[in-house]
Amino acid sequence: MYNTRVRGVLIKGNKSFADVSRDIIKPMDDKTPMWWWVTAFLATGALFWGVWGFYNTISTGIGEWGLNNNVAWGWAIINFVWWIGIGHAGTAFSIFLLILRQKWRTSINRAAEAMTIFAVMAAGLFPLIHMGRIWDGFFIFPYWNTRGPLWDNFNSPLFWDVVAISTYLMASFVFWYMGMIPDFATIRERTTSKMKKKIYGILSFGWIGNARGWLRFETAALLLGGMAAPLVVSVHSIVSMDFSVSVVPGWHTTIFPPYFVIGAIFSGFGMVLTLMIILRKLYKFKDYVTDGHLDAIARILTFISLIMGTAYLTELFMAWYSGNEYELFTFMKNRVTGEYTFAYWTMLTCNAFIPQLFWFKKIRKNITIVFIISIFINIGMWFERYVIVVTSLSKDFLPATWATYEPTITEIAIFVGTLGLFLLGVLMFFRFVPTVAISEVKSVLKETTTLKSFTDE
Amino acid sequence: MEKKYWQSIEEYKEQNKGTDMNKEPFPEFSIEGLDESEIKGKSSRRDFLKMLGFSVSAVALVSSCQTPVRKAIPFLTQPEELVPGIPNFYASTFFDGNDYCSILVKTRENRPIKIEGNDMSPVSRGGTSARVQASVLNLYDDARLKNPYKDGAETDWATIDKDVKANLAALSQSGRKVVLLTSTIISPSTKKLIDEFIATYPNIEWITYDTLSFEAIRKAHELNFGQAVIPEYNFEKAKVVVGFSADYLGTWLDPVAFSKQFSKNRKILKGNTEMSRLYQYESRLSLTGSNADYRYGVKPSDEVTVLLNLYNEVAKATGMSTYSVNSSPVDVSKTALDLLENKGHSLVVSGTNNLNIQLIVNAINNILGNYGSTLCIDKPMNLKQGSESAMARIVNEMNEGKVDGLLLYNVNPVYDYHKANAFAEGMKKVDFTLSFADTKDETAELCQYIAPDNNYLESWNDAEPVKGEFSIVQPAIRPIFNTRQFQDCLMKWADISGDFSDYLENNWKVILGEDGFVSSWNKVKYDGVYSLPQDEMQGNSGFREQKLSDSESGNGLELVLYEKIAMGTGKYANNPWLLEMPDPITTATWDNYVCVPVKYAEQNGLVHENVVTINGAFELPVLVQPGQPEGTISIALGYGRTAVGKAGNGVGKNAFQLMHISDGYADVAGTEVTMEKVEGKTYELALTQMHHTMEGRPIARETTLQEYIKNPYAGNEEHLKDEKNNVTLYSKVDYDGIQWGMTIDLTSCTGCGNCIIACQAENNVPVIGKDQVRRRRIMHWMRIDRYFSDDIDNPVVFHMPVMCQHCDNAPCENVCPVAATNHSDEGLNQMAYNRCIGTRYCINNCPYKVRRFNWYEFANNNNFDYNMNSELGKLVLNPDVIVRQRGVVEKCSLCVQRLQAKKLEAKRENRPLRDGEVQTACSQSCPTDAIQFGNLKDEKSVVVSNNKEERMYHLLERLHTLPSTSYLTKIVNKEA
Repeated sequence: MYNTRVRGVLIKGNKSFADVSRDIIKPMDDKTPMWWWVTAFLATGALFWGVWGFYNTISTGIGEWGLNNNVAWGWAIINFVWWIGIGHAGTAFSIFLLILRQKWRTSINRAAEAMTIFAVMAAGLFPLIHMGRIWDGFFIFPYWNTRGPLWDNFNSPLFWDVVAISTYLMASFVFWYMGMIPDFATIRERTTSKMKKKIYGILSFGWIGNARGWLRFETAALLLGGMAAPLVVSVHSIVSMDFSVSVVPGWHTTIFPPYFVIGAIFSGFGMVLTLMIILRKLYKFKDYVTDGHLDAIARILTFISLIMGTAYLTELFMAWYSGNEYELFTFMKNRVTGEYTFAYWTMLTCNAFIPQLFWFKKIRKNITIVFIISIFINIGMWFERYVIVVTSLSKDFLPATWATYEPTITEIAIFVGTLGLFLLGVLMFFRFVPTVAISEVKSVLKETTTLKSFTDE
Repeated sequence: MEKKYWQSIEEYKEQNKGTDMNKEPFPEFSIEGLDESEIKGKSSRRDFLKMLGFSVSAVALVSSCQTPVRKAIPFLTQPEELVPGIPNFYASTFFDGNDYCSILVKTRENRPIKIEGNDMSPVSRGGTSARVQASVLNLYDDARLKNPYKDGAETDWATIDKDVKANLAALSQSGRKVVLLTSTIISPSTKKLIDEFIATYPNIEWITYDTLSFEAIRKAHELNFGQAVIPEYNFEKAKVVVGFSADYLGTWLDPVAFSKQFSKNRKILKGNTEMSRLYQYESRLSLTGSNADYRYGVKPSDEVTVLLNLYNEVAKATGMSTYSVNSSPVDVSKTALDLLENKGHSLVVSGTNNLNIQLIVNAINNILGNYGSTLCIDKPMNLKQGSESAMARIVNEMNEGKVDGLLLYNVNPVYDYHKANAFAEGMKKVDFTLSFADTKDETAELCQYIAPDNNYLESWNDAEPVKGEFSIVQPAIRPIFNTRQFQDCLMKWADISGDFSDYLENNWKVILGEDGFVSSWNKVKYDGVYSLPQDEMQGNSGFREQKLSDSESGNGLELVLYEKIAMGTGKYANNPWLLEMPDPITTATWDNYVCVPVKYAEQNGLVHENVVTINGAFELPVLVQPGQPEGTISIALGYGRTAVGKAGNGVGKNAFQLMHISDGYADVAGTEVTMEKVEGKTYELALTQMHHTMEGRPIARETTLQEYIKNPYAGNEEHLKDEKNNVTLYSKVDYDGIQWGMTIDLTSCTGCGNCIIACQAENNVPVIGKDQVRRRRIMHWMRIDRYFSDDIDNPVVFHMPVMCQHCDNAPCENVCPVAATNHSDEGLNQMAYNRCIGTRYCINNCPYKVRRFNWYEFANNNNFDYNMNSELGKLVLNPDVIVRQRGVVEKCSLCVQRLQAKKLEAKRENRPLRDGEVQTACSQSCPTDAIQFGNLKDEKSVVVSNNKEERMYHLLERLHTLPSTSYLTKIVNKEA
């Protein structure tokens, strides 16, 4: 039972049910604001640059990237893992916080889930464009064929990746969409535009809000949630196996699956924090996404950051303790010291040290600083992938083959393009979908508020 | 009006004469069977259906014709010996004026595609060099002349014949001088022909010119023995070899033969513990120096002093008089002791073209009694016959206007003579100039006439590299262009009937005898080689002492010019394979540069890729080279060609004018130069390896002979440890019948890089250009890793060939999502290019980093304008090996096509495969037999016996990849 005297009020501003609906749907009814157009313009520009990057890669060859005989994976894989990591936030929020009975998640989970979808979509582009022969990419699916039949290599982590990511994308999408059905119905009921009525009518699958509907809805949510929960763990575990299954020093470690999952949740929460701060500012949702919400996320980040730090230390310890000279070289001479010192220490600072500032209440309460730190986390997690991918490959077993790697303009364009895609998706979401789960907020409104009309009853 | 039908344009015009076209418009078209409305362009339902039918069928036709139609015309009469898909081999000889090698030419559907060594040759013994391997590509060089030229314009042979004969006759009648300037000619038949040619035109003087002269050796032997010869060297008999600036494993004289001899003496296999010892005194880090047991860096100006000190030590010990001499900058007492201990089984050689030095060398060899055992003047080498004094005289005469005709065969003095400008100036004063060059090179450009010679693969000839050892040159293809062999030209102009193949045959009748000539001649052509019965070798008879003298050490910065393994003297500067071949020492491709000693670089603030000016004349990038002796810098020759072809033009700088001239001898080393740093300027070099030490990892393993005798596992202790630790839950894969395997003996491998080019030729490996090499994307399926250790000023060098190790537990195989790389039941790790989607995971997971990705479309791409982008150049491609598409991964296949061919052969003959029958391109070409290939399931095979050696280990065996390739530790004959 949620005790408001202990845990404070979740939704502020003495909202009634009607207030909630009105507040959240209001941005969708309003005229499209200027900032939306400006940002959408920028995002589209970025997207087009990315399209050029795609075009250049496909028409000319992967040679347009900075890769070489030794470092055969670069920014594409870094960004892939980074986006997948960010894509963990939604499901983690919805499922884990649901299991932990954290009511405060209701204000945030919708946005987090939307973020997941767009991030996973952005991530999914990288394995595609990364292929040398994208036109033969369908080989990766185990379809019945006349070549023997020739099957995929079920031992390959890349094959597991395909399965894991497509499953995750589908499950996340269904979960996210299903949660929106009652809200779409709400919009359908409220809107005056015939067009919108029609569209949201279709989108809401004819939801009428009857008891049977709600019953089925809750059951389905529960089932889907139960099925999606292992995916959060599995998807990044499998991504981590792209690395840990190999023999490359710095990749071949058993710590990778938990370390990657935690890292993913870390970056996902970081990105949620970034987006929610922007959202509550733009849409004046401070009553729904309260300082308390941000405080809770910050606390979680502090804790995860400690786990991350432990993981980094464990890696270093194991490099030494294993007695493996190649491993030790990679960690001590190519990360802690050496050519890639900057990337390694940026990673460590952003992920393990800076979030520790959240121990101080003053910092947690200062939204500007919280926002800046959330950005640092995003950067730090990008560098973590950079450190893993590039440092290990650039100096592996035979020194004669050692090579360095620098991205080219094409690789940068593709990354910026996916940022544009993500941003555009988020903007669409802000504009056409209720950004906060109306029905879920309403469901927790009663027991988490001090509103007279409720408490008096 | 009755309609008139016209049948030709003329008739149409005739018909319309005088008629007013406007008044009576002629129908736009007129086709029988069309009615009025159709002619007027009105369309009916029928038309619509017709059009529909036409467009549907046209669309179907067009869309089904995506692949361009290529015409393949079958033979009207199938030649007997030609079976499509089955290669033919012809024995021939590679000789380009400098290097000699007996070869087999592999032809497919009548085109030469690969050069292999001829095992039957007693001289080159089946070895090849990178240049020999790459020479097949010169046949398909777009820069080759397609027609003869007159005054810069194409012409025909009739004109050439008429003009040349007229010119020669006129010059001959007026008794004016004509010079025939040729490279060294080792063909007895050609020599005889030239003599006959000169007999017709007695005003012709024949001068032989070598780009890099060996005249001092000949002169010294003339003074010492009365015979101006280069003795035959026998490194196989020498237990101690002392080299002075002679890169005899890389470029000096006959490196293919010398490498073979060298390696025979250094096989620590099957319990043999005898090996030769190499001492090398040199002024740059050469390939030989990198393989020497003891190496000393010596400035060129100190070489005399060092040698004379060595002479004194040797002479003192044998009770002979000594010379007064400056003290040697390096200690030679150990060398002297070793030489004295191996009297008669030692060899001292110097590559310096300096009479005094060669006299000292001869004197030392004489005291040691090496003449008659390791050196043989009775059986001299016919290579390098050039005369520098004659050349200098001719250049003077040309400038004085005394020469009125000049015929140039296989020489390019405007590029490679040290007084190139004087030669070019002189040429202007010659009335009649003709070059036989097969490309429009720097000299041919200045000639009135160019009568392009055939490529050697299109020619008949013979060769006698060593006295009494013959080798045949026979064509493997008809001349591709309208070219004519040099010898045929001479015959035509001297009115000798027939062509040169007849002439050759007639000449061989003298050698082989008339009796049974047809069969013996066929046998010579089949074998490719023929040896005259040998006389017993004479000892050191009649050695005439000569006065030896010392010289002072120089103070300035001394320049050492050298031939790069790939580029030589620049003859093949348009060969993209050679341009992209990494230098075995510097690993640089596509450029020449200044090798600067490490200390000098530190003192003068020079780093890699800085730019310096040499003598203020030209700029070159800096490469800081460990092992470059103090007070010296070195620059490779053979670069800076201006008229060689699109791949080689303007690559690097020409350094020939910096040759060191003393007493009329031009030597590569010793010119004092000034070097200035160009501030703020850098030049990018494309190296294939940027990290030069092993970081203490057990990669290339080494021990000394002494240690090895004490403990055969010396240096390889790691192997025992790893064997013990390699436990697995899985059962070991077992093969039935065949498991291909390879062993690489690091003691024998000299790092010459010949195998890289052999592999490139065999497997259609693309050339990718300097920029891509710099991006570390070189496509070579095998590479030679080069590591330095110990002293940075005089490092120990390791050469380690690395190609796909064909692991039984291959890390690449289990990570490929589409199973494009998998294991064959003969132990090959194979690539299905068609299946590959290019995730490159296998590249990451290969600990040996031998997998290559097709970053771009390297064939038919104007951005990679090398042989694979030329219709002519593509003829060199091996039809048994697919040209890989963009986006797929490729790697060493252990020449699976060669294995398959031999397996089929054995199957057809219903017998098991013989050991040694199947050879990969690299093992076949190896001049030191370091790479051995065979069946690991055949207990009697060489690879199995090599694998039983205690020296055997696998690269990175700790990873438990279970490679099929193994290495044998490097053994150095050095006292600890």
